[in-house]
Amino acid sequence: MTTSKPTSFGPRWMVGRIGFYVLIAVIMVFFAVPMLWLASEPFDKNPGLAAHWPQWTLHNFATTFRNPNLVPSIVNSLLLCGAATLITIVLAALAAYVLSRVRIPGRDALLYVLLLLSSVVTGTAAMVPIYLMMYELGLINSILGTSVVLSGGLLPAAIFMLKDFVDGVPRSYEESARVFGASPRQVLSHIVLPIARPGIATILVWSFIQAWGNFLLPFLLLQDTGKQPAAVIIHTLQNEGGGVDLSSLPVFSLLYSIPVVVLYLLVNRRYGFRFHGGIKG
Amino acid sequence: MRRVDVAGLGVPRALAFIAPAIIIIAVFLVFPALWTIYIGSTNFELTGPNSINPQFVGFGNITNAITDPQFRGSLVLTVVYVAGSAVIGQNLLGFLLAWLMRSTPKLLRSIVQGLILLAWILPGTVVAFLWFALLDRNSGTLNALLGNHSTAWLIQYPMLSLIFFNTWRGTAFSMMLYGSALSTVPPTQLEIARLSGARGWRLLRDVVLPHIRGHVLTNTLLITLWTANDFSPYLLTAGGPNHASEVLPVFIYDQALNSSQFGYASAISVLLLVVNLVIALLYLRLLRRRG
Amino acid sequence: MRIRTGLLTIGVAGCLLVLTGCIGQSPASSGNSDTQLNANAKDVTLSISSNSIVGGKNDSGARWITQYVVPAFTQMEKAKGVTVHITFNGDGSDDGSYGQKQVLALRTGGGGDILEIDGTDVGDYSESGLIKPLGAVVGQDEVSGWSGWSQISKSVQQLDEYKGQAYAIPIGTDGRVLFYNKNLFAQAGLPANWQPKSWADIITAGQALKKVSGVTPIQLDGGTAMAETTTVNGFLPMLAGAGQLLFDNGKWQGNTAAMRSALGFYQQIFSQGLADPVLDEESQGRDQSFAEFAANKIGIYAESDYMWRSILSPTVGNDKMADRNSAVGYALIPAQNPGSGIGGQNFVSYSGGGVRLINPHTKYPQQAWELLTFMASAPAIETYETQYLGGATQVTGNTEVDKKLLAGDPLLNFVSTKALPVTHFRPSEGDYTQVSALVQQATADVISGKSPADAASTYATSLAKVVGQANVVDN
Repeated sequence: MTTSKPTSFGPRWMVGRIGFYVLIAVIMVFFAVPMLWLASEPFDKNPGLAAHWPQWTLHNFATTFRNPNLVPSIVNSLLLCGAATLITIVLAALAAYVLSRVRIPGRDALLYVLLLLSSVVTGTAAMVPIYLMMYELGLINSILGTSVVLSGGLLPAAIFMLKDFVDGVPRSYEESARVFGASPRQVLSHIVLPIARPGIATILVWSFIQAWGNFLLPFLLLQDTGKQPAAVIIHTLQNEGGGVDLSSLPVFSLLYSIPVVVLYLLVNRRYGFRFHGGIKG
Repeated sequence: MRRVDVAGLGVPRALAFIAPAIIIIAVFLVFPALWTIYIGSTNFELTGPNSINPQFVGFGNITNAITDPQFRGSLVLTVVYVAGSAVIGQNLLGFLLAWLMRSTPKLLRSIVQGLILLAWILPGTVVAFLWFALLDRNSGTLNALLGNHSTAWLIQYPMLSLIFFNTWRGTAFSMMLYGSALSTVPPTQLEIARLSGARGWRLLRDVVLPHIRGHVLTNTLLITLWTANDFSPYLLTAGGPNHASEVLPVFIYDQALNSSQFGYASAISVLLLVVNLVIALLYLRLLRRRG
Repeated sequence: MRIRTGLLTIGVAGCLLVLTGCIGQSPASSGNSDTQLNANAKDVTLSISSNSIVGGKNDSGARWITQYVVPAFTQMEKAKGVTVHITFNGDGSDDGSYGQKQVLALRTGGGGDILEIDGTDVGDYSESGLIKPLGAVVGQDEVSGWSGWSQISKSVQQLDEYKGQAYAIPIGTDGRVLFYNKNLFAQAGLPANWQPKSWADIITAGQALKKVSGVTPIQLDGGTAMAETTTVNGFLPMLAGAGQLLFDNGKWQGNTAAMRSALGFYQQIFSQGLADPVLDEESQGRDQSFAEFAANKIGIYAESDYMWRSILSPTVGNDKMADRNSAVGYALIPAQNPGSGIGGQNFVSYSGGGVRLINPHTKYPQQAWELLTFMASAPAIETYETQYLGGATQVTGNTEVDKKLLAGDPLLNFVSTKALPVTHFRPSEGDYTQVSALVQQATADVISGKSPADAASTYATSLAKVVGQANVVDN
């Protein structure tokens, strides 16, 4: 609608449009081809490590559900990631609001430092300190404890991104509301929250998918098979020969992917899924 | 806490809002990070004699790393990976998509965006299997499409494969961020510029970029940090063949787990942090100069 | 601002104090020294940690423990008036991650009362103060009085010993041989009953196989992607064939003639195009190699009997080979030249295997010992082999059981009677993992074109940094 003046339907315009759709098609192929495996192999009689047109069967689902850890691990994932996301989003929203509205000296530098430190803590090298610390705190084998550690790693980036959203809410709204005698709580719940809601929803999805894919932390901190999330259990899918169990893996991958997709669709439908912001130079 | 306090929070309430986040971050992020930095100054190993009595070695690990050709190689690969897949790949493709989506019919737009977002939200382990299936030498989808059965992509072109992989994986974020950025460019300005004959690159440079410079910076900064610390190359190539794709997070993992050298691995983590810091400062400086 | 800076300084200083205290503590000092602790308890809680999980990795092992060991042992104790609760901490991750998790658990006094670990880790864990000799945990008399020792062959007992003391009870072992594909051998004009007498014989066969199109003549594990498999399947048997152990008389092999010979064998194979470097470089290379061998695409493959029983098995295998028994031949790995192997051996092999040990922090050392010996008893092992392993019989930690079960399987019989007598075990030293990584790097260097002499010299330099120049032999 913006690339052309409505009057120009001439040959140049046609070529432009064709080029445009070819480009979109190429990009779609690039993004779609790797996903063929997830669409075909769960339903194939002889699933392999390569995508091919399936000989349709639901037999793999029966095989996969025979694994006693499958359903509990998805439930554990939901508990673990739900808790981690909840903690992250609530704390990040509160902190981002304050950081956006109250000028604290060295605020930006502090945020950058935390952002950088979060990269150290999510790396392999920090696993020994984190394990020993959780042991001292008595939080080994605790789903809630593990979710707090996950939140610790997610918070800086979540605050950083949310602050951009809140920065985008004009201060004049709050100022005029206060002129009319609204309390800070009313300002927050009636003005800031509604405007920032799409941002919060987006960061919520972001936090959830980060936690959902994390293997190393839950692997080390949750020793009990009955408490381990799907991210850990998917690595145990081996057959007696020690190779990847190809009858279970594609189905498990599919089931393991569904919750994040559903969450995204829900959020997208309700609030729209979008990012905001930019550092003000 | 001075200057404006538009929300009328007051100091006590502001502190109460921010304290929980600060406490969690202090205990579960800053503390282990400092501990890691401390371990980086010792010769601590997970097992063996140095696990019982680790010695303080100060900057010994750092100087070892700087003279270690394997570390230097990893550093170069990390720069290549970040530049190729994040700064160029995700950034440009994300921007291109955001730009194209503006004039795409709604249904098609939802499908394309959904597909790209799917690549971003699928769990890492699943994504790794997807790419194995794509790039496998004997039965991979790519070789089947190309009708060739001799190219082992992950072995013959490991870095190129990883760069394509990470562009595929992460473009969604840039696409969305630029999508909202482009909506801040006033349509009237675009129209005026167009009427005065500005097209293509000139239109971008003179009208669009000045509006979204902040977004470009936020985006580049975040995806650079995420990519520099990205561990997924391990799932695809495990750093191979013969270290040809061993980016720093994989190098750290290798040192920590396979060689049990936690002191050395921690020191490298610190160096990675420094690299990240330098990049962040560079971006901020660029922004200030242009601004 | 000033107050904040002050607080920060105090905080950082406080952290550092805690840190310095924490990582240096010696874990061994916190283990129990009372071997009779809770020996008469009527209510006992025990746990078993193993890298196996129902429905996943080592499913048969996990089911054996949960469905047989736990109920049978609980029943046995109940008859004595003792109530036992046993929990099973199954895992199912890759062996490196599992090991790291056990180390962290042992450091903090946690982990299962009975732990399954790899035999090569015994020395490392002992040096790190994580585990103790069985005698120190349950009492010397108890341990030496166990009747089961006489049924564990002397060579298998190397798995559980470190510096002359028993730390564990071996679970089972394996042996490395040369597997070859008789179909491809026939096409290449090679004999169906093949037994190379020297490395040159292997090369000659490889050259003949190279003429058959679409075939990788030889698969010899090498490079860093194969990790430990490179060392134990590929390099160590070659080093042994050149007359040396990696660690002998307190010293490690540095840039020695045997080292260069073993690397030279890699060079010969790879520079002549007799092996496919991609198989050694892919991160799923071992699985790919198995699949190709099963698909009649690899001529000769140096592997453990594990490939025969778990991968190629026509019934339970990963890459089932319906004609395995007729199509797959096996031969001993020859020394470089007849008589040039360690101690003048003509043929060599390497073995490994898991062991079970008792956590020094256990609250019930006597009951844990009872459980451990129950799991290692002939009936328990036989139950595992016959009822849970689904016919994929392996060499166990019990010679009686082996005599009964292995006779039916020609390859396992061959391994236990021909390969195990000439076999060696990897050094149980603390530094082994790191040295092994250097060895893998040296083979990777040769595969990618470096000369054996250069690779050996780079290896020796790095080795000296790890173990100290005084502990390295160069010649």
